[in-house]
Amino acid sequence: MGLPKAKEDALAARLEALSLPTGGGWLATARAEALARLSEMGLPARRDEYWRYTDPASLNAPEAPIAHRFDASDEAPPFDGMDRLKIVFVDGVFDPAASDDLTLSGVTIERLSAAGDKDIHWAKGLYGTLETRGQTPVARPFATLNTAFATDGVVIHVTGKAAKPVSLVYVHESETSDAILHHCVRLEAGAELTLLENGPAAARFSKVMEVDIADGATFHHIRLQGRDHERRAVTHIFARLGAKAEMRSFTLTANGRLTRNEAVIELTGAEGRAHLAGATVGDGDFHHDDTVFITHAAEACESRQVFKKVLMNGATGVFQGKILVKPGAQKTDGYQISQSLLLDGDSQFLAKPELEIYADDVKCSHGSTSGAIDETALFYLQSRGVPRASAQALLVLAFLAEAIGEIADEDIAEDIRGRLERWLARHGAEG
Amino acid sequence: MLEINNLHVKLEEEDKVILRGVDLKIGAGEVHAIMGPNGSGKSTLSYVLAGREGYEVTEGSARLDGEELLEMEPEARAAAGLFLAFQYPVEIPGVGNMTFLRTALNAQRKSRGEPEISAGDFLKLVREKAKTLKIDAEMLKRPVNVGFSGGEKKRNEILQMAMLEPRMCILDETDSGLDVDAMKLVSEGVNALRSAGRSFLVITHYQRLLDHIKPDVVHIMAAGRIIKTGGPELALEVETNGYADILGEVG
Repeated sequence: MGLPKAKEDALAARLEALSLPTGGGWLATARAEALARLSEMGLPARRDEYWRYTDPASLNAPEAPIAHRFDASDEAPPFDGMDRLKIVFVDGVFDPAASDDLTLSGVTIERLSAAGDKDIHWAKGLYGTLETRGQTPVARPFATLNTAFATDGVVIHVTGKAAKPVSLVYVHESETSDAILHHCVRLEAGAELTLLENGPAAARFSKVMEVDIADGATFHHIRLQGRDHERRAVTHIFARLGAKAEMRSFTLTANGRLTRNEAVIELTGAEGRAHLAGATVGDGDFHHDDTVFITHAAEACESRQVFKKVLMNGATGVFQGKILVKPGAQKTDGYQISQSLLLDGDSQFLAKPELEIYADDVKCSHGSTSGAIDETALFYLQSRGVPRASAQALLVLAFLAEAIGEIADEDIAEDIRGRLERWLARHGAEG
Repeated sequence: MLEINNLHVKLEEEDKVILRGVDLKIGAGEVHAIMGPNGSGKSTLSYVLAGREGYEVTEGSARLDGEELLEMEPEARAAAGLFLAFQYPVEIPGVGNMTFLRTALNAQRKSRGEPEISAGDFLKLVREKAKTLKIDAEMLKRPVNVGFSGGEKKRNEILQMAMLEPRMCILDETDSGLDVDAMKLVSEGVNALRSAGRSFLVITHYQRLLDHIKPDVVHIMAAGRIIKTGGPELALEVETNGYADILGEVG
């Protein structure tokens, strides 16, 4: 089936500006295969149902739109005091001087750019595999483009309990940088890893993370997307969970002109648990899109989606979330909530919650709300002596509490609360 | 302490006049009660004094120790020593009761130029005050008023009052929704706060609360005005004869 002319042209223009990374053994094969798939699907257009609420034009553009670096030095960098293994990418390029040595007990870490020439069975089997599985029922071309053109990333093999968190730090320096990174993580049965990500990464950032979580393994993921106002990002997490495996992922997004965070999660073994949460605060020229697809393909699994957005001065929030319960996935416990707090009349929230259920003994709930701050609660707080701005900040944090509550590490949660409080103070939360 | 002169108030959204010239003077240490039929403007008076939005003052003044309240933000009124115990205390999901109390107390201290209370001192203080109101640790931990029974909410109001130590306390139908035991508990909490430097304005429909919180002065309010003022015996008269006689008498 041929592509519509417009899509074909857009893809041709985009490919013109890119070149397949050279070398790489099995990686080269995977890239070529991804490029072939991409040519079949083309790039997204606004007319595509999956892109109705988010304009992909600036993600499709051959050149990354200019994004000035933002000076965030008024705050301590995230995870600063934590004992962690740090891996730094500047505009998508690995920075060996700023990174730690890649050796860690319980974990093997390789750079993607070097992995292709090595016979790493698990990585060879994983790279592009979950991404490909995630292409149905909805095509995700940016993920395929990423698989084809990613210049670097990390492949992390976790065989035991990781001695400390692995921390990926994405620094943005050049105002025209266009970074494409692809990570693969494989957790063997019973293994445990906490993966931290932070930073704006580039003017335009494409990132795919494929995570294969074997039976009884635990994967915790905390991400802070950096405070650059002008940056753009399209990210995908593809995860597959085995029996009794656990995944928890939390993302804080403050600022950013355009963010599309997709998560495609497959629960393939009984009693797996996947919790995805996001707290988003946006002011002004800000567009944030959480697109989530969770498949329950085994019995007695639990999934939670908790996404909260605080929007002001014309900011836009999008949530597209789906729970698919396959035949036989009895005793499924699925929960999905997406809410936005609109601090003025100019901001908007677009939500498309979906449930598709083919089993008869399941518990699934979803809710989506959009509303203003509760004036009665505000007055109640003020009448007790709390100034209006502080009262508003308190109520905003209360609104975000359920999402932040999904963070397992209380120190990180507290740090994030502090960052949000300061963000609210800076963005003069006058209701 | 509190001096209200010729207060006229209408609803902002519609052209409905609620208060039509309220005059009221409460001295230091005094307890005044306002009684009156539904719709007489009692609750509006309390909201206007506390600074709730949605009301427009068209005439008159309300001064706390000589300071004009009506020009202040609600938080400034609180810092100046005014406290309103709500008829319907507000539920605030996500904000813990303790956090709420500490934030309020510290905000008031800050506005008075005092240092923040230490975590240890705060805990000691809140436990001591909560105990007398039979508020347990569990209730202090829960989000503000969320899932509280009617009685628990009102006790929580009195706890806030005890923590913040205001000089002018307004109790808006604090007895509504309370059973006899809860009313006794709340009244005891209020009575424990009575002092020479603290005044009370108790708004109620019924005499029964005034059996527990004994007023010095009783006012009858109707159609946005105080139409009669007397001693505690006035409340008893209302209890026996209803409002009809008084309304008729005043014309």
